[in-house]
Amino acid sequence: MRGAEFGSRDGEAACYVRRVIKVDHQSSLLTVRGVTKSFGGVRALRGVDLDIVAGEVHCVLGQNGAGKSTLIKTLAGVHRPDEGEIVWLGENVEIADPDAAIELGIATMYQELDVVDGLTIAENIFLGHELARGGFTQRAEAARQTRELLRRLGHANLSPNTEVGSLSAANKQIVSMARALSHDIKLIIMDEPSAVLDTEEVKNLFAVVRELTAAGIAVVYITHRLEEIREIGDRITVLKDGRTTAVGLSAAETPKAELIRLMTGREVANVFPERVPVASDAPVVLDVQGLGLDGVFSDVSFSVRAGEVVGLAGLVGSGRSEILETVYGARRSNTGSVRVRDKVLPRGSVRAAVGAGIGLSPEERKSQGLVLDEPIFVNIALASMKRFAKGGFLDDRAARKVAREQIDAFELRPADPDRPARTLSGGNQQKILLARWLVHGTEVLLLDEPTRGVDVGARAEIYALIRDLAAAGNAVVVVSSEIEEVLGLADVVLVVADGRILSALPSHQIDEHGVLDLVMKGSAA
Amino acid sequence: MSEPTTPTRARTVPTETGAVAAPAPEPAWRRFLSGSAGRNIGLVVALLVIVIVGAVTAPASFTSVDNLLVILRQASIIGVISIGMTLVIIAGGIDLSVGSVMGLASVVATLAAVQDLADNLHWSVMVVIALAVGVGAGLINGIVIAYGNVVAFMATLAMLVGARGLAEILAERRTLVVQDRGFITFMNADILGVDILIWIFAIVAALGWVLLNRTTFGRRTVAVGGNREAARLAGIDVRRHTMWLYAITGLCAGIAAVMILGRTTAGTSTHGQLYELDAIAAVVVGGTLLVGGRGTITGTVFGVLIFATLSNVFIQNNLSSSVQAVAKGVIIVVAVLLQQRFSRPPGRG
Repeated sequence: MRGAEFGSRDGEAACYVRRVIKVDHQSSLLTVRGVTKSFGGVRALRGVDLDIVAGEVHCVLGQNGAGKSTLIKTLAGVHRPDEGEIVWLGENVEIADPDAAIELGIATMYQELDVVDGLTIAENIFLGHELARGGFTQRAEAARQTRELLRRLGHANLSPNTEVGSLSAANKQIVSMARALSHDIKLIIMDEPSAVLDTEEVKNLFAVVRELTAAGIAVVYITHRLEEIREIGDRITVLKDGRTTAVGLSAAETPKAELIRLMTGREVANVFPERVPVASDAPVVLDVQGLGLDGVFSDVSFSVRAGEVVGLAGLVGSGRSEILETVYGARRSNTGSVRVRDKVLPRGSVRAAVGAGIGLSPEERKSQGLVLDEPIFVNIALASMKRFAKGGFLDDRAARKVAREQIDAFELRPADPDRPARTLSGGNQQKILLARWLVHGTEVLLLDEPTRGVDVGARAEIYALIRDLAAAGNAVVVVSSEIEEVLGLADVVLVVADGRILSALPSHQIDEHGVLDLVMKGSAA
Repeated sequence: MSEPTTPTRARTVPTETGAVAAPAPEPAWRRFLSGSAGRNIGLVVALLVIVIVGAVTAPASFTSVDNLLVILRQASIIGVISIGMTLVIIAGGIDLSVGSVMGLASVVATLAAVQDLADNLHWSVMVVIALAVGVGAGLINGIVIAYGNVVAFMATLAMLVGARGLAEILAERRTLVVQDRGFITFMNADILGVDILIWIFAIVAALGWVLLNRTTFGRRTVAVGGNREAARLAGIDVRRHTMWLYAITGLCAGIAAVMILGRTTAGTSTHGQLYELDAIAAVVVGGTLLVGGRGTITGTVFGVLIFATLSNVFIQNNLSSSVQAVAKGVIIVVAVLLQQRFSRPPGRG
């Protein structure tokens, strides 16, 4: 399983039954031609073409920063294009605002779901177009229509009166979709809907998408996961640097390697870097014994040697992220111990963990990792402020200098230490976090979903960086939802299910099926 | 955002072909105004407008050095409180108790026992006691907020009520006159023609600026306000930091108590009433975001000066304090509206 390649799983994806979509320009639902859009001086779209026909799943692929979000927002009426034309059902249209988009029949499901937690499912679905007579809401009618919509989406088990805040991310997506369907829509845009879902939920999502397309609704599906495109997509449009590099490719017939080339402009044969065997006499740096957190996980033991990458594979909710956070002291363990070299860390102290040389790159980069409005150099120096200060007084020149070195070393873009972190793509934001700990000087790196929201091209870079950090003597622990990633990156794979470690094997002794089997067994028990 | 090559500098000129669109240029004035210098320019303009109105409506009395000093003296006490408030608000908190704590500190410092002690030793004993009361109350706020996980609004609201009540009990609702002539003389002296009170404000503002912009403490304050969880996971002790922030607002309230003792020569439980609202208004008008993560000391100083000058202009024109209050309200709303217009990042709404 060394050096897993993209494209190695084509055989699996091909077993899904494909519908044949006839591309007939008479039946074009939406045609976008030569759309450009700039913000200040940044040109987000430099000429985008798109052609959607009724009833298809049209995947839009592109690296972070390729312009996918801007394109979506242009179609949703959030942004107005500077140039170019949008043709809807044969007519030139201007989508002035989100209402106008809905009016035309275009609904958008954003990544950050736009549902209101404090309202019920029915209230969310009819938010903004409440069913009312004489100012009084018609609750019974709304509930009835909600039930009907949920049934159409195959979720008749959800009650219209359930508060949305109590729903899982997957069910919130269903609510968001039901809201879209409550309008008379012909096109629904989904921005990385699978990012927050586990394997089972993704299957469910696909079933719903197939329902929609069967009813003649077109779906624009944005994703980073290439394998999903084969499973659900009919045609593919690829964006790179704000331009379309390919329009309407066949999802079934276009090889993955070709898609990666179109997205990145280069061939990515081996995305995972070569493993460097860990020296047999490498010292154990991180030693976790019998760690437990009541109600979440128990009896977690593992150790990581210098230069070694240990991967935690498991589903969302298996306890893998919590294990990392507890090792880091961000959660206070109830049992067990964490040792770095010879030092036993006190429970629940991030500062002690950081002081002992542990660094964490958290799961939610934006909400847990970065101070988004602060510049890159401040974010890089955030954990090492003392180093860039004399007697409590900041030395920003030193911090900028070191940040510039990291920017060069990591090929961080834009290469401007004063750029706010907010303006960077996911991959570059991830690099800030790696740089933060490199600057601080760590012995143990805990990486939670290091490539979430990072596009394929940049992923290979992140993988290489992680390997470099290990080679430099760090003990690395990686958590990822993508089993392929854990297998490709780690030397040792720990399979986590239901708060327990089920197996610890060298990565060449286990494959994806092995992991999945264990996960299924563990979850059933 | 594909390879955004320093967009502010590299702006392309529209080409004749029209194939490559020039980025819709943000008007220069708008870009300028949305920068931090620009926001302060807006405040300078606002202050200038008020000054011009004052000079036109009351030419004889408004435009004099004496009146300038009156304005600054007026601004000084609320100014000191606003400096501490700025830091807490940047960190995403709020301190409603500053006015009460100031009253309490003024009472404690003028209790008979303290005054006797000061009589025997030196009047600086009173000063130290007032500052200690401020820091102590601030630390209590900080501990309750940081370690008790109580929302800052509620914790400091409780202190607002409690400290005022305690001050009333201690003062037995009487006014405690400062006996020490040395203290009174010192506090009402001037250096280079400028009152001690104004110097204190200037020094506190300067220290606040240095603290915010040049120290790790200030950088952490911004980080905690900008993203508390990220700060925590980067190894910053957010709780301890929060605690010290409230100690600082408490210290500022203590300093303000000393100042008001000097000015009124008496401690009473009613000192500092509603100062918290004036301070918050000055901070917000000065461009600090109430949600935290962004703000400046310079802006706050302007905010304080704007309100003090406005109040002076109204007094010079014999307008009632009720009219002043209405004007203040309008200014707060207009300032916040303008901020939202200009501080909006490009590409959003």
